Amino acid sequence: MTEAQALLEVNGLKKYFPIKSGLLSRTVGHVKAVDDISFSIKRGETFGLVGESGSGKSTVGRTILRLTDKTAGEVKFGGVDLYDLQPDELRRLRPKMQLIFQDPYSSLNPRVRIGDAIGEALLDHGLASPTEVRGRVLDVLNACGLSSYHFDRFPHEFSGGQRQRVGIARALVLNPDLIIADEPVSALDVSIQAQIINLFRGMQEKQGLTYLFISHDLSVVEHLCSHIGVMYLGTMMETGPRDELFRDPLHPYTKALLSAVPVPIPKLKRERIVLNGELPNPADPPPGCKFHTRCPFAVARCREEVPLFRDVGNDRKVACHLV
Amino acid sequence: MSNVLEIEHLSTHFHTEEGVVRAVDDVGLQVRQGEIVCIVGESGSGKSITAMSVMGLVEGPAGRVAGGRIAFDGIDLLKLGRNELRTIRGNEIAMIFQEPMTSLNPVLKIGEQLMEPLIEHRKMSKKAARKRAIELIGEVGISRAEQIADSYPHELSGGMLQRIMIAIAISCEPKLLIADEPTTALDVTIQAQILDMLRRFKEESGMSILLITHDLGVVAEMADYVVVMYAGKVVEEGEVVALFENPQHPYTKGLLKSKPIINQRQDELYSIPGQVPNPLELTPSCYFHDRCAYCMDICRTQQPVLKDAGNGQKVACWLNEEVTPV
Repeated sequence: MTEAQALLEVNGLKKYFPIKSGLLSRTVGHVKAVDDISFSIKRGETFGLVGESGSGKSTVGRTILRLTDKTAGEVKFGGVDLYDLQPDELRRLRPKMQLIFQDPYSSLNPRVRIGDAIGEALLDHGLASPTEVRGRVLDVLNACGLSSYHFDRFPHEFSGGQRQRVGIARALVLNPDLIIADEPVSALDVSIQAQIINLFRGMQEKQGLTYLFISHDLSVVEHLCSHIGVMYLGTMMETGPRDELFRDPLHPYTKALLSAVPVPIPKLKRERIVLNGELPNPADPPPGCKFHTRCPFAVARCREEVPLFRDVGNDRKVACHLV
Repeated sequence: MSNVLEIEHLSTHFHTEEGVVRAVDDVGLQVRQGEIVCIVGESGSGKSITAMSVMGLVEGPAGRVAGGRIAFDGIDLLKLGRNELRTIRGNEIAMIFQEPMTSLNPVLKIGEQLMEPLIEHRKMSKKAARKRAIELIGEVGISRAEQIADSYPHELSGGMLQRIMIAIAISCEPKLLIADEPTTALDVTIQAQILDMLRRFKEESGMSILLITHDLGVVAEMADYVVVMYAGKVVEEGEVVALFENPQHPYTKGLLKSKPIINQRQDELYSIPGQVPNPLELTPSCYFHDRCAYCMDICRTQQPVLKDAGNGQKVACWLNEEVTPV
């Protein structure tokens, strides 16, 4: 496989959750949490998936890793469709794809020492012998800015920032190719958040990691990601290289999202696009372009016809009739 | 302009099994009429407990206001009895919280919850209160007001609930609104709507706002005056433009530098090393000293006090004391 080839390729991915109702729990409709999403990530790149709550960005991450089954589409990891794999084949591939959560505390067993929690996966996958484990774990703890004495501590003895370091250490110890990080810095204070962002970047430079970084915070995403995808109600609205997308957002939703981020410069006066109303009910999304109910530029066509997610040059794609 | 709120030497302590936590430690601040004052700080800085102390919401027996004065319109709130405080709270001082879902009663209809303060404080009849409640729902930008009034909290989204909380808060035309992280749980596009609305109500009614937040972006957008807290102490305060352009305290500087800013990329973010100290292990010292790049001997043994640093700013830092001529 060449360097330029995509490590992760997502094509037409769909994930529908049934809505059940009544005595017999009949399916009365679907929440289209992920509705025909396509994007790809090259080796060593960081793809930032942004969107507001209910946009389906976390479901994309979980569906890629087969933590929940897809409804349709394909997910290719290093050229192999993960959904074609048998359970034991998938299990062998798992160490190469790791997930980091917003709150690692809830994914740690409170009665297991941190060192054992990190080393567990190495043993499970037969990637290290019991005698090697301690050394490997200590290495990764140090790499993540923790100390050797943390090995024997319990999860409750760690602060929020340290717990996120543990979460990162636990993913890194398996020597993965792809890390999917779901809002990994959202629960942290600014001063700690900067430490963790720097850790993510440092690790990428050292190990050539590929990240899918899921976040609602555009300033963090801009800082970390080389490519960005913007989701709204389960649909990809726009993708493109970071610099172009931030300098010249094409989709009205991307524009609104960027202009809504408060900037810590008091005198700065910005043109703000304030969106009307609320996110529509995802079980009953608007027809046509899903964004038309809140779009300040919507025309008649937007209400009737679903815009195609199409190539507009310069590695950029957008789903909008007006572009 | 007169001060609506004056806090002097406020200390709020929590008695735990391991010892006393000085959550708020000798804090002073003023809010003038029609002004937005932001308290900014990270978790554990004492910013929310300061607000809770003003509202008399610090829960005993573990927590109590240990000393100081909280004057609202010249009346010391700490000297008032329960009933006297009730006539002010929710009426002249209103508060909104981060989690609107947990602040509303889940078994009461939205309209009834809006009517409650109107009947209690404004002595309105039920009929008049309902009419006003429906008007208020419209004023906070929600359409179908009648229908919403007859809904329960779980039927509304987080953004709508926060609008309802604001409607309840402004229903009695308070002089002071305390907003504790009002937009932290909301999406950015909804946050922009809510902040716009708060600003508009402030302009229209002349009320003051004490806004508590960890988000420096929100501070820059909303504040007239900023108070920076760290480990229960005020470390710096000043007019918003001066403080952002010329921060004095190493903590404020670090905080501003470590925040990624949209359209201003750096290769490596500045980060403040270490973490907030354990509140049980604080000794007389500058509480920031072990994270500070400019730490001197005196910082480890003596606590700096808040002093004038010129430019309308005040800062509690030994570095400042050296450079100001005595």
